[in-house]
Amino acid sequence: MANLRDGLEKKTLTTLVSSKAIGRIDKWIDKYPLEQKKSAVMAALRIAQEENQGYLTTELMNAVAQYLGMPNIAVYEVATFYSMYEHKPIGKYQICVCNSISCMLNESEELFHYLQERLGVKPGEVTQDGRFSIKEVECLGACTGAPMVMIGKEYYENLTHEKMDKILESLN
Amino acid sequence: MANEVCFKNMHLDRPWTLETYQSSGGYSVLKKILREKTPAAEIIDELKTSVLRGRGGAGFPTGLKWSFMRRDEPGQKYIVCNSDEGEPGTCKDRDVLRYNPHALVEGMAIAGYTIGASIGYNYIRGEFWEPYERMEAAIEEAKAAGLLGKDILGSGFDFDLYNHLGAGAYICGEETALLESLEGKKGQPRFKPPFPAGFGLYGKPTTINNTESLASVPEILSQGGKWFVDIGKPSAGGSKLFSVSGHVNKPGNYEIPLGTPFRELLELAGGVRNGRKLKACIVGGSSVPVLPGELIMDVDMDYDALMEAGTLLGSGGVIIMDDTTCMVKVLENLSHFYMSESCGQCTPCREGTGWLARIIHRVEKGQGEMADLDRLEDIAEKVGGNFYKRQGGRTICALGDAASMPVLSFLKHFRKEFEYHIEHKRCMVRS
Repeated sequence: MANLRDGLEKKTLTTLVSSKAIGRIDKWIDKYPLEQKKSAVMAALRIAQEENQGYLTTELMNAVAQYLGMPNIAVYEVATFYSMYEHKPIGKYQICVCNSISCMLNESEELFHYLQERLGVKPGEVTQDGRFSIKEVECLGACTGAPMVMIGKEYYENLTHEKMDKILESLN
Repeated sequence: MANEVCFKNMHLDRPWTLETYQSSGGYSVLKKILREKTPAAEIIDELKTSVLRGRGGAGFPTGLKWSFMRRDEPGQKYIVCNSDEGEPGTCKDRDVLRYNPHALVEGMAIAGYTIGASIGYNYIRGEFWEPYERMEAAIEEAKAAGLLGKDILGSGFDFDLYNHLGAGAYICGEETALLESLEGKKGQPRFKPPFPAGFGLYGKPTTINNTESLASVPEILSQGGKWFVDIGKPSAGGSKLFSVSGHVNKPGNYEIPLGTPFRELLELAGGVRNGRKLKACIVGGSSVPVLPGELIMDVDMDYDALMEAGTLLGSGGVIIMDDTTCMVKVLENLSHFYMSESCGQCTPCREGTGWLARIIHRVEKGQGEMADLDRLEDIAEKVGGNFYKRQGGRTICALGDAASMPVLSFLKHFRKEFEYHIEHKRCMVRS
């Protein structure tokens, strides 16, 4: 995580993300009782992350906290507890490879190594062109389509190395 | 006798649309209840007759759970659906959300009516974007048709339904962790009591049910509780979704009557891949005790029969392993999962799951010692109790028990493989 002092100048969320994003966050706030705005923190962090090439900064987290009337620490707790929030730059396409039992029985480990070799990056690194990063994740709940990966919001199932190649080529 | 409840419309074109759902009688139960102002007690009795047991894994009777709510007490109450499916080997709720979202919408509206809740939240795991979009579309369709919202069909009953998206945490499938998460916090389970029916979401009375359970409700009330219980067993009614994965020819989600022999389910899934021998099976999602192939073949897939055979029905995630599988490697994988997903709140689980994963890792790598096996059993018992002695765990929630059951069962049934790894510093199966 970045230095916690980074956000001290307190930029507001409205200056950090688009008005469209604010509109989306407000829609989430509307789902919960008036005095329970903080229920929208997970959605707000996700949307803020999307607006910042896929990762959160202290500045963004502080701005989310201010927008929802939460202490900064409460937002950091959420942002570091859940695995889908990122705290450093990721590729334009982050490939999340499921490593859990059904995928493992269907050679997800080999797929994970293949991807690292083919893209020349280790987990947590980004390819030089900024396009790809790889992440090992726990069960994504698509066990009957093992092995599988998630890229962005899409699931890709029943993968072979050849199929994976084609998917990578199709992403621009 | 398959695909009669949650997968009833699976064969139809675009089964997720309101039009298709209504073409097979969808929403007629909700409409009838609202028109006739059916007493809540009647609905609960019908569910009790059906012996619908919670499909999330714990198998708690749904009718009984609904009866805990004090419907007529003033104040906000909530119905919450647990669509945070993440038990390794389980992916059935994903298909309910993708292919039959209106059954869930109708089921939640009926639940809301029955327990006196005017608001429902459906907590969907953050990775399930496609299922989330299907649910969003279904809610919009239902609203436009006047089946959700204020004063539904002039009945005076208000019900608003919202989807909530998680962000990656297995523990949020635990109902009180889910509530914490829904409140915008870390998903750490609450101490019980108080139970959610007394103190739930935002401190208000709340009922939490699994996706498949709630989506089953309209069909049960449409056909009657008797019809449902007759499909399954007297102690567990209905058909149930099983996700069959691993080394099988046709992995997939299958809806079959509870009590169907395992052998038939395996046949439905095309049998073990490449005609190989069934070595082992985990029948209820990664947390339940493993059984060797020869012990599972003739067992019926229901709560009692599986318990008698030494395992649990759990979430219905059936993981098939053929004779090329290294059981040490599999346990290493499972233990790594629980270490990663422990929320860190209770010391035995936070520390113990790490010790289990690290010791199994070194045994797998050929760096273990014989004393490690007793050590594993000792730690597993201290974290999550002992399934075989019917002892529960020492933690707030059941993740500790879930981490312990694989360790104890793998050592019980496949100890020789672990000993071989230690003695020969390599695998017995994959040399």
